[in-house]
Amino acid sequence: MHFGPHLLLAALEGLVTSAVLALTALGLSLVFGVMRVVNVAHGEFFMLGAVLAWAISTAISGHPAIGFLAALVLAPLIVGAIALVAERLVLRRLNYNPEATIVATIGMLYIIQQLALTFYGPEARPVEPPFSYRILLPWFGYSGYKLSVIAASALLLVATWLVLTRTRIGLVMRATQYDSETAQAFGIPVDRVYGGVFALGAMLAAIAAVLIVPISQAHYLMGQDPLLLSFIVVIIGGLGSLRGTVVAAVLIGLSDGIISVFFSPTLAKIIATFLVAMVLVFRPQGLFGTESR
Amino acid sequence: MTEASPAKPYALHLGVIALLFALSFVLPDYHHGLLARIMVLAVFAMGYNMLFGYVGLLSLGHAMFFSAGLYGAGLTVYHLGWNVPAAFAAGLACGALLALVIGLLALRTTGVAFMIVTMMFAQVFYLVILYFASWTGGDQGLVVQQAARVLVLGSGSLDLTNPTVRYMSALALFSIVLLVTLAIVRSRYGRVLVAIRENEERTKMLGYDTFSNKLIAVVVSGTICAASGAAYALLFGYVGSSFASVQYSILPLLWVLLGGAATTLGPLIGTLFMYYVIDITSGFTSAYLLIVGIALILLVLFFPKGILGSIRQRWLGWLP
Repeated sequence: MHFGPHLLLAALEGLVTSAVLALTALGLSLVFGVMRVVNVAHGEFFMLGAVLAWAISTAISGHPAIGFLAALVLAPLIVGAIALVAERLVLRRLNYNPEATIVATIGMLYIIQQLALTFYGPEARPVEPPFSYRILLPWFGYSGYKLSVIAASALLLVATWLVLTRTRIGLVMRATQYDSETAQAFGIPVDRVYGGVFALGAMLAAIAAVLIVPISQAHYLMGQDPLLLSFIVVIIGGLGSLRGTVVAAVLIGLSDGIISVFFSPTLAKIIATFLVAMVLVFRPQGLFGTESR
Repeated sequence: MTEASPAKPYALHLGVIALLFALSFVLPDYHHGLLARIMVLAVFAMGYNMLFGYVGLLSLGHAMFFSAGLYGAGLTVYHLGWNVPAAFAAGLACGALLALVIGLLALRTTGVAFMIVTMMFAQVFYLVILYFASWTGGDQGLVVQQAARVLVLGSGSLDLTNPTVRYMSALALFSIVLLVTLAIVRSRYGRVLVAIRENEERTKMLGYDTFSNKLIAVVVSGTICAASGAAYALLFGYVGSSFASVQYSILPLLWVLLGGAATTLGPLIGTLFMYYVIDITSGFTSAYLLIVGIALILLVLFFPKGILGSIRQRWLGWLP
């Protein structure tokens, strides 16, 4: 293959990564933006979504599309419910103290990971894609499913944006993010908003995982990379900014895809992680973020 | 902290050291070996406590300082054939230098950003170890040969692979670090660190240079952790990348939280307690991470001050 088509292939792969990453990172960013806490267990909610997708799609017989659609609806709901319970039982009692929350979510990370290992096992398991149509380009055939992942992610991102900017729920969330005490004074149930946002963040990660699982398999350790990458995206994009998150996800996904094709993936990760740490040191508000109040 | 006579805390610490010394002669082989390992790792926890407990800086990247010591000592022995004291010094130097650089960068941030930045630098360090697998052995690690782990003293020599020598070396390192920590936290400098933890702005207003005080604390903390890592490489003869992974940044946090942050003996108690909990429960289940996870959550929920922290609050106000 020539350089051009090779680059196109790398870019397409990068866009698929970006699509999934944008959803995952958006979940992390919402939780940070509204609740001002860092959820270290976010990657495990992602993993849980993938593992549940496998469980649901194998439990339902018939055409793979039926099982996949069921997983796409059920897995995020279950993950959201688990996140809600965890939030009510633990985070609320910690009064959302940022440092205690990090320690507690590290605890959740270990618990979820160990339970997945115990009940799901150490194997990586595939989920059959709902359809296997190949789009023929002049130079190579490309999986239609991968393109539909990009489309689905774009739709979900637009939907989230509409909810945040055009609905009452979004208004309540933004008010809480802007100033939780004043919001409370105006009769907004801040406590319940926090619970909802935490569940929503976990659900976004779970949806992203269900979308990616027909491409890469479900495994109990698969939450680590998305967590780190989401951190990177959220930091570069500016904490709590939706537009920045999407731009950064595309940037990171594309460069990750392209660098990994031409260099060693470990080197790519070293460079990316180091650069992001430097961004955080010298520009803590992110490349696109505005000065925090 | 109430003003107490200096004799009481020193008597207590010397008592703990004497107890550990006496235990060496009565413990069965298995627990003897385990306790030696716990003492080395308690040094790691004490280094972590220096920064987390006294300065209030929560780092999620201390595995890099531990493994800087581990690899600094391990690689110089393995590839260059250095002797034990030189390799130990190399480990310390690597840790101190790394801590200085990381401190200069990471201390520009505060709070959550500090945690994430330290975690990311540690991740870079971990990936670098994997990337240079031809020298570091990657995730397989390296085994330091028994012949290289002999401490030559004048005409005689000490074989660090001998269980008794190993125990006594671990105890010696532990005692030195314990007494040094005690001296630091009781000194004027220790009080400044606590003042920074309680209210950095006010400390600054009182005329203290908080940045350089914090930087010194990072370097001291990193060097103690590196000492633990270097001792681990030389005493137990294994150098591997798993010690640089995120998990080894979180474990000292867990040990310190459990034992009691900002208590000098807390790190030992936390490490001891956690090791034995895992040791006992692994008899029933292999799911020890589950226990670590539940312990972390229960700790932050119900005992945010840890075992010794709670004891100090209720009964013994003079505990350092």
